[in-house]
Amino acid sequence: MASPPPLPSSTSVLSSASSLADSLFQRSLDDLIKSVRSDPSSEPSIIARSLSEIRREIRSSDPLTKSIALQKLTYLSSLHFHSMSFAAFHTLELLPSPSPQTKRLAYLAASLSFHPSTTELLPLATHQLHKDLTSLSTSSSSSSFPFLPSLPLHLLSLASSADLSSHLAPDLVPLLSRSSPLQPKAVAATYRVLSLCPSTVPVLFKPLVDCLSSDNPLTVSAAVGAFCELSAPPNDPAPYLPLAPEIYRVLVNSRSNWTLIKALKIFSRLVPLEPRLGTRIVEPLSKFLRESQAKSLVLECIKTVVSCLPTHTEAMRLAIDKIKELLSSDDDPNLRYLGLQTLGMLAPGHLWALEESREVVAQSLTDPDRSICHEALRVMMAMTLQENSIESCTLLVRQAAKSDPEFANEILDSVLTSCSKDFYELVVDFDWYVSLLGEMARIVHCTKGDEISRQLVDIGLRVRDARPELVRVARELLIDPSLLGNHFLYNVLSAAAWISGEYVEFSKDPMELVEALLQPRTSLLPTSARAVYIQSVLKVLTFSCNSHIDESSSLVNDTVIARMLSLIEMTVGPLAESEEAEVEDRVRNLLGVVRLVANIKDLSGDKDKDGMIYEVVRVMDALFSDEMGPVSANAQKKVSVPEDLDLKDNLADLSEFISDNDAAMSRSNPSILFYPQSCNASEEVEVGPTSVAESTSLKEHRKRHGLYYLSTDKETTEPELTEDYPRVNETLPLSNGDTTRRVKVTKLRPTVVKLDEGEDLATSSSLSTKVEAMKDDPLSGAIKDVLLGKKGNGASSSFDASSSSQGKGKDKVKGKEIKSKKGEEGESKDRHKGRRKHKHRKEPAPPVSVAQETPVIQDFLL
Amino acid sequence: MIHFVILINRQGKVRLTKWYSTYSQKERSKVLKELSGMVLSRGPKLCNFIDWKGYKIVYRRYASLYFCMCIDKEDNELEVLEIIHHFVEILDRYFGSVCELDLIFNFHKAYYILDEVLIAGELQEPSKKTIARLIAAQDSLVETAKEQAGSISNIISQATK
Repeated sequence: MASPPPLPSSTSVLSSASSLADSLFQRSLDDLIKSVRSDPSSEPSIIARSLSEIRREIRSSDPLTKSIALQKLTYLSSLHFHSMSFAAFHTLELLPSPSPQTKRLAYLAASLSFHPSTTELLPLATHQLHKDLTSLSTSSSSSSFPFLPSLPLHLLSLASSADLSSHLAPDLVPLLSRSSPLQPKAVAATYRVLSLCPSTVPVLFKPLVDCLSSDNPLTVSAAVGAFCELSAPPNDPAPYLPLAPEIYRVLVNSRSNWTLIKALKIFSRLVPLEPRLGTRIVEPLSKFLRESQAKSLVLECIKTVVSCLPTHTEAMRLAIDKIKELLSSDDDPNLRYLGLQTLGMLAPGHLWALEESREVVAQSLTDPDRSICHEALRVMMAMTLQENSIESCTLLVRQAAKSDPEFANEILDSVLTSCSKDFYELVVDFDWYVSLLGEMARIVHCTKGDEISRQLVDIGLRVRDARPELVRVARELLIDPSLLGNHFLYNVLSAAAWISGEYVEFSKDPMELVEALLQPRTSLLPTSARAVYIQSVLKVLTFSCNSHIDESSSLVNDTVIARMLSLIEMTVGPLAESEEAEVEDRVRNLLGVVRLVANIKDLSGDKDKDGMIYEVVRVMDALFSDEMGPVSANAQKKVSVPEDLDLKDNLADLSEFISDNDAAMSRSNPSILFYPQSCNASEEVEVGPTSVAESTSLKEHRKRHGLYYLSTDKETTEPELTEDYPRVNETLPLSNGDTTRRVKVTKLRPTVVKLDEGEDLATSSSLSTKVEAMKDDPLSGAIKDVLLGKKGNGASSSFDASSSSQGKGKDKVKGKEIKSKKGEEGESKDRHKGRRKHKHRKEPAPPVSVAQETPVIQDFLL
Repeated sequence: MIHFVILINRQGKVRLTKWYSTYSQKERSKVLKELSGMVLSRGPKLCNFIDWKGYKIVYRRYASLYFCMCIDKEDNELEVLEIIHHFVEILDRYFGSVCELDLIFNFHKAYYILDEVLIAGELQEPSKKTIARLIAAQDSLVETAKEQAGSISNIISQATK
């Protein structure tokens, strides 16, 4: 039965054989499958051989051979992922075949492999699809194959393109409007077509809406599902608001859980747009919550209530009780997961409910199931406020120490991000937080070194009171030799080194610091970290020398200084020949200073002899004594341009530096010159300086009124900070400025320096741009046009405001014609569709804009 | 909406795939590899939902086959679990105590059945009886057509064409 391996010469011989002989030798699908399964090791070669057979067979003229080849190819393509695109044309050939089996196979192959992106032959199928879609109306084929249109419907729903959809849309309409087993399928295909090609909206939308009121519950279910998908994000749900009464009717009358769930989803999207809908659906929702046995429906109700109806206390109470039930189901992890998920949805409005379930959440953190742990973590973070941040975070970090690497890093990530939000809003006790950061760095699988080091430095810059604690934590990190080998932690260590260097005045024992910074294992660190270490040593040395001279500190006496100097020379000396430029650079700086103050131990108190040493030490100390503060992201913009700087100057002088070729190009291309000024036109030159002068005067004005480097533009009423840094011991009020959340703490929260970073201001502007972007969606625009056009006949002039493209205008005109034609036909055809309801709704005065739509809804719902 | 349906067996072999969103061939094999890794490594007592790349995967194990469906974030997971069960019951009815071999050798029939249950990523037909009737009707049509085509007179007329 096996055919010989195909060679180029033999294909021509074989193809000339009769088709009968071919079919006798062709392998059927069963044979193929058996052969593939028989020998797993040689599977690729069997598949390759079958593929070449198929390529040969599919070109034969006998439809049966072709179809079997196509069937085999479909199998291979769907399960072994070989591309089927070479067979696209043959598939198309088989589509019109009269035998239903072949037709079915061809459609299956088409729906699995066709797509506008993979084959350009799709438009060739248009006519065949058209014939098949309308085959029910012609009597010849309807008796033999009443389900024929279902095949092209599937193909349309899976593999359609915009062109195909627009051509075949009119054929869908009769299928939508007759009550047949195919109506639900037609509805599904319609929704796909609509989302692909908004220009078909005038044709298809009305029949789709009619399906909502059909007698066939399946059709209703399909129609509700279609609207649910059409209004799903990222699409705009606003155009579907006029359909709310219909969907409400479905919600109240339907018996099928699937339909109810979909209707609830649509309402959950509509209620935020129209709050009065919320009051209407509360009743049915509460009924479902109380009585329904189906967990899926209950879940959907809970989700809807929680997300859209937070003000209806009774419904919320019901929903929260149900959530607690879900959470307490020990035997079914699915329900626990869903309970946690919906619990998370309750924040931030109803934190009391979350507090009640605190232990359950904490317990779920240790669950062996990863999904449940994730959800528990999310709920935990949502519950964290200033009051309980300490216990939550300590609990979480302890849990992280016990968990597997991935989850531990997730915990750390969420703790770090939430605590640093809004300039550390959640953190009241910075000493505790800093030690927590140190603990986090020590956790075994921690990969969040970047964030931890950033926060350590950030806190050092912003929060003065926390600096002693920072130095303590940094000292511990630096002393520990085992951390030096961990390559995830090197930036934490360099942050620690920087902190100890910068705030060395808080440290208790500088000698110990120097020893830690210079320990032998530091050679394991990368260049950047080592450079920071060396620089810190320099800072510590300067500080020690200074305090020795001042004799202000008891720790630094002659022997200590001498030891320090000799230690530095010994360890750092060899590094002067290092190959890394940064390290070498700083080492040489350090060694230079060391040699300059080498005789400091012999200080005799006589200023003249030791004048140079004094000078050096004082200068170095002055170098490091400026306090570094955080720099705002907008700082550069606020620097005023100096008055004599003319930015709009003609840069023609650059041509001196450019070679001849480049100069020729630049003269023809005017983009190098900011203004096409020539030196002759004097009035143009004057424009430049005056505008610059104006802008500088504006900046002067701003400077005078305090909108400058350190101030903030925020809307908060209480002044966040003044032009200078607040003094350490100044009793300023809490800097977050929100009086309602001030908590009685034993220690005042330290002041956190905030600048006009512009981060928080950006969110409100981005939200508004997003809403505008959604309104420009062509599909929603088209649907709005149709729905409003239904209600108003002569309001065409106002549509120009809403439509944005000319093409849509053309389609609208055409659509109106088609609509009017179909309207006449439709009126005569359906008597049992309740179209009187639609006529009834047309009676109120045709409102023109969406804002005026609300009176119509009001009549029906309230 | 449901983005794709995949059936994998315990050894990681794919038994059926149906994609309701666009995925290129390379993306499909990548998705499959990831999915089989995730789903096959889950223990029996864990919950049936996985978070994956912004979507949710709902899966259920029946004997040696894992039925997986990928849905959007806001879809109802319990509903999808019921859809999976619905599909399995229909298969069971059609093949009579379906086992994996049935799906292997009749993969195109499984596709036809799936097409009756789900269309465009949504549930189409919640009644098992109706689907059984539909598929039976289609099968009988195919059978009669095959009989007609396979009759001796037809073969002869085709061979002499």
